Amino acid sequence: MKNYILLIAAVLLASCSKDTTAPATDPSETGTMTLEFDNRAGSDDLILGVQVYTNAQGEKLTITKFAYYVSNFRFITANGNVYTVPQDSSYFLISEADKASAFHTLKNVPAGDYVQVKFMIGVDSTRSLMDISKRTGALDPATGASDMYWGWNSGYIFAKLEGSSPSSTDRQKLFRYHVGLFGGGFNNGVKTLNNTREVTLTIPNNGKAIIRKDRRAQVHFFADALKMLNGTTNISVAANPNVMVDALSAKIADNYTQMFIIDHVHNE
Amino acid sequence: MRHRYWWGQGILLPVLTILFISCNKTEQQETMPPVPENIAFVKPAGFPEPAYRFTDNPVTTDGFALGKVLFYDGALSRDGTISCASCHIQANAFTHHGHDVSHGIDDRLGVRNSPSIQNLAWSTTFFWDGGVHDLDLQPIVPIENPVEMDEKLGNVIKRLQANTRYQQLFQKAFGSPDINSARMLKALSQFMLMLVSANSRYDRYLQGRETFTDSEKNGLAVFQQKCASCHQPPLFTDNSFRNNGVAPRMYGADSGRYVITLAGEDMYRFKVPSLRNVALTAPYMHDGRFGSLESVMNHYDNNFFDSPTLDPVFRNGFALTETDKRDLTAFLRTLSDKEFITDRRFEPPPGFIPRD
Repeated sequence: MKNYILLIAAVLLASCSKDTTAPATDPSETGTMTLEFDNRAGSDDLILGVQVYTNAQGEKLTITKFAYYVSNFRFITANGNVYTVPQDSSYFLISEADKASAFHTLKNVPAGDYVQVKFMIGVDSTRSLMDISKRTGALDPATGASDMYWGWNSGYIFAKLEGSSPSSTDRQKLFRYHVGLFGGGFNNGVKTLNNTREVTLTIPNNGKAIIRKDRRAQVHFFADALKMLNGTTNISVAANPNVMVDALSAKIADNYTQMFIIDHVHNE
Repeated sequence: MRHRYWWGQGILLPVLTILFISCNKTEQQETMPPVPENIAFVKPAGFPEPAYRFTDNPVTTDGFALGKVLFYDGALSRDGTISCASCHIQANAFTHHGHDVSHGIDDRLGVRNSPSIQNLAWSTTFFWDGGVHDLDLQPIVPIENPVEMDEKLGNVIKRLQANTRYQQLFQKAFGSPDINSARMLKALSQFMLMLVSANSRYDRYLQGRETFTDSEKNGLAVFQQKCASCHQPPLFTDNSFRNNGVAPRMYGADSGRYVITLAGEDMYRFKVPSLRNVALTAPYMHDGRFGSLESVMNHYDNNFFDSPTLDPVFRNGFALTETDKRDLTAFLRTLSDKEFITDRRFEPPPGFIPRD
């Protein structure tokens, strides 16, 4: 019995001590960070296909597909040090239909107390113009990106939101929002829309993601699917049931800039 | 036998060789499979530096051989009936002669005329609207287009991965049997990059190895005065996008470059096509509306549909006399490259079934 009490006390002490971890001093020390993307619809969990939601225009709708690319992650410590995830391993496709795509583990993150995360929604122009052999995994048009690539206007679809709504003016009562376009400009050609967007999120409640060689942190993001429709421009499924390569896609991109929050961080 | 295919070398010849060797060892030298014809990309004299990044994908004999098998293989389409070569036929400078728009799977029709595959190493964009910037990414479009091959790239890769013949071809081309999209697309690029046309009568005329008739000479003069600013030699295109006054259809008008850039100035603009082998590539314009060069000449004789983006060159009385038209047509015929359309390196592998 006494042993148990000691053990519990030890665990409690350990829990407390996590908030006062000694500062990282060894510049070669690294640890692991996990990113979790939790897809939401307003205040609720996103349930595909069956759950009815209402957008800011008051239109009832169900969502059958929600997927997006996030890339070019940077983590910033309280004293302003920036860790940039190596570019080759900094492209993530999250799809609500694929639960495994919610979690992404980053190894060899320098030890530190991170307070801010910056990333891009979409795939940057540099990568979009790179040789096909540099597009592997989530970026391979044959595998990871098979549902998120426009062959005819070559580039990735950054975010997809599809579903159905009785308000839709589409013949089948569907809506499809496919937002892509990285800016063009290849071979000194004309520029197209650039719907990549930068996001900066601060960990709430003065929280920190504490990375040490024996400490891992999990940053838990919320991505609100309805915010693709609701924001600076409230999109109506009646007025615009299908938006793809279209000027309106830039407005949806402005909306999805506000789609993410960091809900909380687990420090283990 | 000037040209042979890998499966002949890979299976039949060694077997025959072994049989032969068993019978008569002294004949070994003569019965060894001949070294494959060395395939290498050569920039023709007078051509500019290619736009394609050959450092990322050097053309090799085995890469080209794989690319050719892929190019002629219906396995790239959903039901195995459509290959690249269905709409890009060598005898027509790799276009689809007689079809105004591409004729794809289940007899579905596309909306645009299949362009010639030639001199793509110098092409800075692909398709009539220039939506693709890299030759390596080009084949994804017809493979996935529902009215062309209607297949997912991933399914094609899986089909190839399950095929031992392809495993061997990829092994030879890339040093390991791994089959993935990057390798497949690069092999196709290697085949397409080799489709260089630079030995027409016009080319030989410039080199002083050929004479022109008076009509052809006058046609060349008219061409240089009226056409060459867009159809710039030696590629006979400046790779730009222009509205040449082809009237948009009343129903289902094709906006051209606009659908890519969403820029108002690009409305009804299409890529300036090369005129090499133009006499072999009828019909003409992005939707194949003109069946003959004569119709094309009549179009350029002040028959332009006016719209805000009509190219300025056509605004102030661009016309052709009947003599100009006749001579220009005679000149355009000198751009046909017999060597290119009969080059046995590019011809279908055995077993290829042409499709109408």
